[in-house]
Amino acid sequence: MTQKDKIYIANAQGFWGDSPLAPMRLINEGKVDYLTFDYLAEITMSIMQKQRMKNPDLGYATDFVKLMGKIVPTCKEKGIKIIANAGGVNPKGCLEAIRAALKDSGVEGVKIGIVEGDDILPDLSDLIAKGEEFANLESGDKIANIQDKITSANVYIGAGPIVEALKQGADIVVTGRASDPSVVLAPLIYEFGWSMDDYDKMAAGTIMGHIIECGPQCTGGNFTDWKQVPDMANIGYPVIEANPDGSFVVTKHEGTGGLINIDTVTAQLLYELGEPTRYLSPDCTADFTSIEIAQDGENRVAISGIKGGEATPTYKVSMSYAKGHKILTTLAITGPDAIEKAHVVSDMVFKRMSMHGIEIPEEDRFLELFGTNVLYKGLVDSNEQPHEILMRLGAFGDDPRKLNVMGAEIAPVLTSGPPGITGFAGGRARATEIVGYWPALIDKNNVHTSVTVEDA
Amino acid sequence: MAIVELREIAMARSGDKGDGTNIGVTARSHALYEFLADKLTAAVVKEQFKEICKGDITRHELPKLRSLNFLLENSLAGGGTETLIMDAQGKAHGPGLLHMKIDVPDNLLP
Repeated sequence: MTQKDKIYIANAQGFWGDSPLAPMRLINEGKVDYLTFDYLAEITMSIMQKQRMKNPDLGYATDFVKLMGKIVPTCKEKGIKIIANAGGVNPKGCLEAIRAALKDSGVEGVKIGIVEGDDILPDLSDLIAKGEEFANLESGDKIANIQDKITSANVYIGAGPIVEALKQGADIVVTGRASDPSVVLAPLIYEFGWSMDDYDKMAAGTIMGHIIECGPQCTGGNFTDWKQVPDMANIGYPVIEANPDGSFVVTKHEGTGGLINIDTVTAQLLYELGEPTRYLSPDCTADFTSIEIAQDGENRVAISGIKGGEATPTYKVSMSYAKGHKILTTLAITGPDAIEKAHVVSDMVFKRMSMHGIEIPEEDRFLELFGTNVLYKGLVDSNEQPHEILMRLGAFGDDPRKLNVMGAEIAPVLTSGPPGITGFAGGRARATEIVGYWPALIDKNNVHTSVTVEDA
Repeated sequence: MAIVELREIAMARSGDKGDGTNIGVTARSHALYEFLADKLTAAVVKEQFKEICKGDITRHELPKLRSLNFLLENSLAGGGTETLIMDAQGKAHGPGLLHMKIDVPDNLLP
């Protein structure tokens, strides 16, 4: 393989539910070598686990499979490779579904690689017996408190197995819970022959991944000076032009909307950032304070100078567990005295639940009056006499049937409560399960990934 | 000196980190970064967020990016998947901070 002197990596999906227009436009409207897809949030794994329990063939990002039928013909023609953490809790099922989708679109000669081994749910008891503590990273709580309620447990794996799949000739690589930046770092290691203990380069690739993992949040989306951003409907998704030395340019295709300048890229560098000198990934620690950033022409930002260090001996694990139920009802309440009316309505609903024999303790009651500056509580003056508010009344509890009584007793306040209450639509609210989030660590030696590459 | 809203001299983006949030604040010039590094302390931000953030606030500095990163612990009433609050990811924490009034020397104003 001759080494390329530049690699173009674009992120086509920043989350499960991102715009379905983006992938096709990225491959048709400019140069791309690798197209990445970031589907997995903490809650996503738990949803996928439930889908798989109902149907063992499911448990992956079905949207991704639908997209493959549409974009792979063009990707094959142009030599664009695809890397996605779309496998969820069932990468093998995802592979079979892609195979079927490609057959339907008549595409041949494509190799699909899958990375497995991130799903440790089946081995959890053994791992605990072996000495893994899985203490909650935020609270320090012991895993024993929730062990019988865990619904998913996935390790954030790194770039290594993805590189292996690329080496084995995969055109499409599907992983389970690979860390978001690793899907961008992997092709750089593969194409530029970077050593995985060259930590400055690992950090550079990781920061490239961090910048593009949320799609257009680095090209002018969610930006303070949004009025300066042209044509947001047509916003360009980000493309990284990476150099073999680890420096790179953030850009987007010609003719797209949005804005790339030092400020739009800096905003994304800071997004969900913790301690900046020690950004932890499975592949390295990256130092965000080392970043040199400069404008490099219109809608081009150049980044260099990134320093990194050795990765920690542990991987992060994301677990989800069943944490009871919640219900939320909403009504619009008009003034005068909208706030006072909302408190009366809340009181009525909980009293009526009592008449059904259902007592909701004070700490499990929820009332948020949207329109009283509640999102900016303490940051701006509160709004004492709004003409209209959205009452968001809810409750927490273990038994969904009891909570559902709130769904039944909310609409009757329109005819039995104060005047000017409206906006009841969409039928009775119902209780939903609360997915608890349990972040933890695992010794890297206890995680065994595997790579399989097959013809589609 | 002139009293302005923070958004006149800085930009911000926020997001969730478990039951906490982070707010990245970027000054509109290097001189304003020095000014904010001096004035916009963790204690000042905690005072702003005392009704939203129930935990500690720590601050990290990124001078090359003209930016300060604030970590707000226990600021989402239970966290993204568990809470019923409208802003479950703390997306409004950055824009909210930008409403803060701050006294800025005239020569630093953009």
